[in-house]
Amino acid sequence: MSFLDYFRSKRPASSAATAKERLQVIVAHERGQRNQPDYLPAMQQEILEVIRKYVPVEQDDVQVQLDENGNCSVLELNVTLPG
Amino acid sequence: MARIIVVTSGKGGVGKTTSSAAIGTGLAQRGHSTVIIDFDVGLRNLDLIMGCERRVVYDFVNVINGEATLNQALIKDKRTEGLYILPASQTRDKDALTEEGVAKVLAELKQRFDYIVCDSPAGIEKGAQMALYFADEAIVVTNPEVSSVRDSDRILGILQSKSLRAREGQDAVKEHLLLTRYNPARVSAGEMLSVADVEDILAIPLLGVIPESQDVLKASNQGEPVILNSEALAGQAYSDAVDRLLGEDRAHRFLDEEKQGFFKRLLGGRG
Ligand SMILES: Nc1ncnc2c1ncn2[C@@H]1O[C@H](COP(=O)(O)OP(=O)(O)OP(=O)(O)O)[C@@H](O)[C@H]1O
Ligand SMILES: [Mg+2]
Repeated sequence: MSFLDYFRSKRPASSAATAKERLQVIVAHERGQRNQPDYLPAMQQEILEVIRKYVPVEQDDVQVQLDENGNCSVLELNVTLPG
Repeated sequence: MARIIVVTSGKGGVGKTTSSAAIGTGLAQRGHSTVIIDFDVGLRNLDLIMGCERRVVYDFVNVINGEATLNQALIKDKRTEGLYILPASQTRDKDALTEEGVAKVLAELKQRFDYIVCDSPAGIEKGAQMALYFADEAIVVTNPEVSSVRDSDRILGILQSKSLRAREGQDAVKEHLLLTRYNPARVSAGEMLSVADVEDILAIPLLGVIPESQDVLKASNQGEPVILNSEALAGQAYSDAVDRLLGEDRAHRFLDEEKQGFFKRLLGGRG
């Protein structure tokens, strides 16, 4: 590591860089939800409750996503079960 | 054919009214007959920024309800030839603007004007949706700051799904990014999102960058759109933006820190 690198690595990421990173994540997430049907959040909630009858899972352990592929849609359900 | 341009943002206080006044004035200065409509029902402000607050008699809602004719409600700008203002109602609520009512008034304005500039209220609810519903083009006013950028993206989503053009499957509303209150010194210090950052995230064509400037407050104090002040950097930046809106090529200016004297910098002077 050179003398200059030492100073560079000590320098924290600028707050603008942090802002950009956070925005990229949240905006991508919100765009994904934008085209989803209105019933999806309610459906996600019910699916979560059904799973909870059998396994203790948290809200964000269940991800529901609807992908459109031409003339059919695929409902993708991802459940992370406690280890 | 008249063009309807909405000036919108989602987030409040980012510079929609300032921009509507400047851009509407700029279009008229270039010989295009223009009307600026205040869609902010209950929070009328365009009249103050345009300096015609004492000449308001009838408003947009009066015209929709048939209580006044369009000619009675339109205020002719005293400084710029071919420019008119249609003020918002100060006493009604947002529900006073119905889709049929707004459609009827816009149809009549389209016969008379080249450009119809719609100054949207803040938010993403009914008032903002009504302002953008009939738009051919949208100027999305954004500040280089996280909540403003996020809200701009949400308003873009609404333009793409809930505008008349989207509903009827016509060509999409033409989108423009207008970045305002830009402070190059803070950008180079890494404290503020850069133009490139915001362009990366929103991914729509850049219409202009308006620097943060004391001249904007001065202009609103006096009721004169800042574009009329050709000395002011913000005024020049708005002029460039209007030229680009009309399809001309203008290099972006005011993106970098003004060269400041060593002592001024030492004393922490900032543009
Ligand atoms: N480039 C700029 N430099 C400095 N101040 C600015 C600039 N642009 C706007 N402002 C100030 O920001 C404030 C809000 O501006 P403005 O009223 O145009 O925002 P708005 O988006 O219309 O607000 P609202 O959402 O309430 O309708 C005003 O005080 C205005 O003077
Ligand atoms: Mg406003």
